[in-house]
Amino acid sequence: MIRAALLAASMLAATPLAAQPYRVQDDKPAAQPEMDHCAMGHLPPEKCLPKEEPQPAPEPEMDHCAMGHLPPEQCPPKDRQEEHEPTAGGMAGMDHGSHGGITDKSEPGAAPEEEIPARAFDGPRHAADAIWGSEAMEPSREQLARENGGMTTGMILVERLEARIPTDGGEDGYLWDAQGWYGGDINRLVLKTEGEGKLGCALEDAEIQALYSRAIGPFFDLQAGVRFDPEPDGRTHLVVGVQGLAPYMFHVDGALFLSDRGDLTARVEAEYDQKITRRLILQPRIEAEFAAQNIPEREIGAGITKVEPGLRLRYEIVPEFAPYIGIEYEAEVGETADIARANGEDPDGLKAVIGLRAWF
Amino acid sequence: MVSFSRRNLIRSTAALAAASALPMPAWARGQSLTHAKNGFGEVSGEDIRLAIGNHHFTTGSRSGHAVGVNGTVPGPLVRLREGQTARLQVTNNLDEDSSIHWHGLLLPFQFDGVPGVSFPGIKPGETFTYEFPVRQNGTYWWHSHSGLQEQAGHYGPIIIDSADPDPRYDRDYVVLLSEFTPMHPHEIMRKLKVGEHYFQRQMQTATEGDMSGEMRRMWSKMRMNPRDISDVTGNTYTFLINGHGPQDDLQLAFQPGERVRLRVINGSAMTFFNVRIPGVPMMVIQADGQDVDEVQVDEFQIGVAETYDVIVSPSNGSHAIVAEAMDRSGMGVASLTSHKGHRATPPPLREIPTLTMVDMGMMEHSGMAGKDSMGGMDHSMRDKSLVPGDVEVGAGVDMIAPMPMDRMDFPGLGLDKVPHRVLRYTDLKAKRMNPHRKVEREMEIHLTGNMERYMWSFDGKKFTAVTDDPIRFGYDERVRVKLVNQTMMAHPIHLHGHFFELVNGADHMHQPLKHTVIVQPGGTATFDLTANEPGDWAFHCHLLYHMHAGMMQVVTVRPFPEGDGA
Repeated sequence: MIRAALLAASMLAATPLAAQPYRVQDDKPAAQPEMDHCAMGHLPPEKCLPKEEPQPAPEPEMDHCAMGHLPPEQCPPKDRQEEHEPTAGGMAGMDHGSHGGITDKSEPGAAPEEEIPARAFDGPRHAADAIWGSEAMEPSREQLARENGGMTTGMILVERLEARIPTDGGEDGYLWDAQGWYGGDINRLVLKTEGEGKLGCALEDAEIQALYSRAIGPFFDLQAGVRFDPEPDGRTHLVVGVQGLAPYMFHVDGALFLSDRGDLTARVEAEYDQKITRRLILQPRIEAEFAAQNIPEREIGAGITKVEPGLRLRYEIVPEFAPYIGIEYEAEVGETADIARANGEDPDGLKAVIGLRAWF
Repeated sequence: MVSFSRRNLIRSTAALAAASALPMPAWARGQSLTHAKNGFGEVSGEDIRLAIGNHHFTTGSRSGHAVGVNGTVPGPLVRLREGQTARLQVTNNLDEDSSIHWHGLLLPFQFDGVPGVSFPGIKPGETFTYEFPVRQNGTYWWHSHSGLQEQAGHYGPIIIDSADPDPRYDRDYVVLLSEFTPMHPHEIMRKLKVGEHYFQRQMQTATEGDMSGEMRRMWSKMRMNPRDISDVTGNTYTFLINGHGPQDDLQLAFQPGERVRLRVINGSAMTFFNVRIPGVPMMVIQADGQDVDEVQVDEFQIGVAETYDVIVSPSNGSHAIVAEAMDRSGMGVASLTSHKGHRATPPPLREIPTLTMVDMGMMEHSGMAGKDSMGGMDHSMRDKSLVPGDVEVGAGVDMIAPMPMDRMDFPGLGLDKVPHRVLRYTDLKAKRMNPHRKVEREMEIHLTGNMERYMWSFDGKKFTAVTDDPIRFGYDERVRVKLVNQTMMAHPIHLHGHFFELVNGADHMHQPLKHTVIVQPGGTATFDLTANEPGDWAFHCHLLYHMHAGMMQVVTVRPFPEGDGA
């Protein structure tokens, strides 16, 4: 009972402000495709007509042909000009969805983008080759591409490196959670590692993942590879997952793991950075684990196996180096909790954490 | 574990840099370097020699490595005369390739100075001779087009004197705006790639910012940040005027009653500046070196690589020339003074602007649009059907402006609500008549990006993806080019070797000529180009790290007419 309340409370605490549903006011009509830009002040006054005349606005441009500024051959036939005018200023029928936007500066009679004149394809492919020779130019061309979009880089992020102090007594523990990547904008090699143990004792859990990561959208990467757990049992898994930035600025990481013994498990993590001041950042974080089947040798039952909501408050001395304090509630749930209880273990507990977030 | 000290971290960072195949140049291996002089001398005449070298540079409390030319940062003022033949011998004393691009000059493409496009570059120890007739006058600048050397100090001003003297002023000064950072430019680029918003330390917080909770949630729902004004900020930059930081007390002297021409050049890598001299109105006479009808303003925003010439008639005393970074993270300061030794007091920095719905390419009155259509906003902020088929909407495109509008009447982020006159593109009108040309073809180029991944491109394709697919123009073709900004940053777009005419509402024959145009966030800007300079030319965003991320294309103009070019 207490456990359930605690779990609910800490999950609530882990829900950032931004995720709480906002009320949609339904007393206003939905955005209309035909807005009155004049009334809204979006248009310069000269383009706005008195309300009662829903006619196209007058062409603001001068008519150089009529004014005699131009030789006659540069003046389009009169009928074409007239044809154009309604689209230039007409607001009523404007298609807001079109990429043309509001101010139409298109020129009547001009050829479309694709109609490149034939002469544009004349001559050498690279003009500079005609002057300096392609042998001299080729290396510099390669370097130019490398320097303008071809960059590869990488980073190492230690997301959590912490000491964990159980509030109900028991042994102090430690935990690490780090990842690194190297590559270009789209394709990357990602390494992840995490593990924990009791201070002064042997490692309890440890894993390392090597993943190929590919950007599948502006905010998400698809990752696939292998995971090896040196502890507790030296097991190997295939991994497929996604990592990225979800709406409302949640950093999420979810993966499926298929072990060399055929066990399917999953893990989802989400965290959110709420800036209190420019250096003080509150980070709610939640992690949940799932199993598709019982895994007796790891004392895991099918279903949700573990939930870990936490709250960390870090101070960025510099963005790369931020010590933190926090609390984390760690609970085995469902059948896994029953197994723990049957073994005489406490399936949940609240921990105070103190640690460091760093990247370089 | 507890012994994880900052020193260790720094050491390990250096080790990582060393290990990650960044070859350590000589200066980083501890060779002693001479100090570059802050500020520049002048070179002129028929035979000009420039030498590029590694130096040490200091301003205020910041110091570090710099690339200087003829021993100064910025490099020397290159003073040319309209009608002369310029002969410039450039020696590269670095241990990497270098180059000089003459920004805004009309010249044969092979002397434009872009390695990989116009020439092979200048190898270490080599001297390259640029030779071209000077066909124009005005204020321009030069800079390296190799790697990120421009950030390190490899740039300088150009003045081309007109054959006819201009009686409107008594004295002129270059006001060259730039930045200095002790951080290696490659490290800046890496931090931009890996640590989202690393340099932006003015984000809204729970305790700061006027934005309502509802609006904040809307921005975070879109995974966008309304304080993404500048990618690199005063956090690492010291803003310079003529190579002098605010503490260096640069003074530009004048005699009481004199009319002073200030040739303002934005030679920075990443910073838009708001330029003003409080209490002194400025009369704009040139934009990008080209004469415009005189227009009186109190302030103007200058994008990276743009130039504006203004004439001021300051009253007796000391006046602060203020070049405030657009994100208000710092300013460059100099004193315009008639009392030698008197230092003007600059005004305090103003508050950082916050982006609005318009900067996302949406309608104003966010309350209205926001409240009702927020549910569907995800879709409308990246609706692929709004862009033509040649725009590749992949991982590198995080937004498509739902309703991009022409924003040539926008004075610049943070300047739309100030209580004085601010220059807008719509104020510019060419002083001399342009030849009248009918538009033969129209094209759209979409400026695309992904802030989180720090990817930048044209039409969703990085330069690496389009090296064999240039933007092609026929020689003497007249094309109307519409730039559509699908991002929430302002991009200064520069075409080499040409002047284009801004389609800004001025009559057809008086559209102002420019070499660089700012495309405001979520908006469009349109120019007319007569492609009458044959050859291959670079076309890119002049924010250095945007170009480095891939926001670049090659423009080809063909064929070479008989007896010209090749």
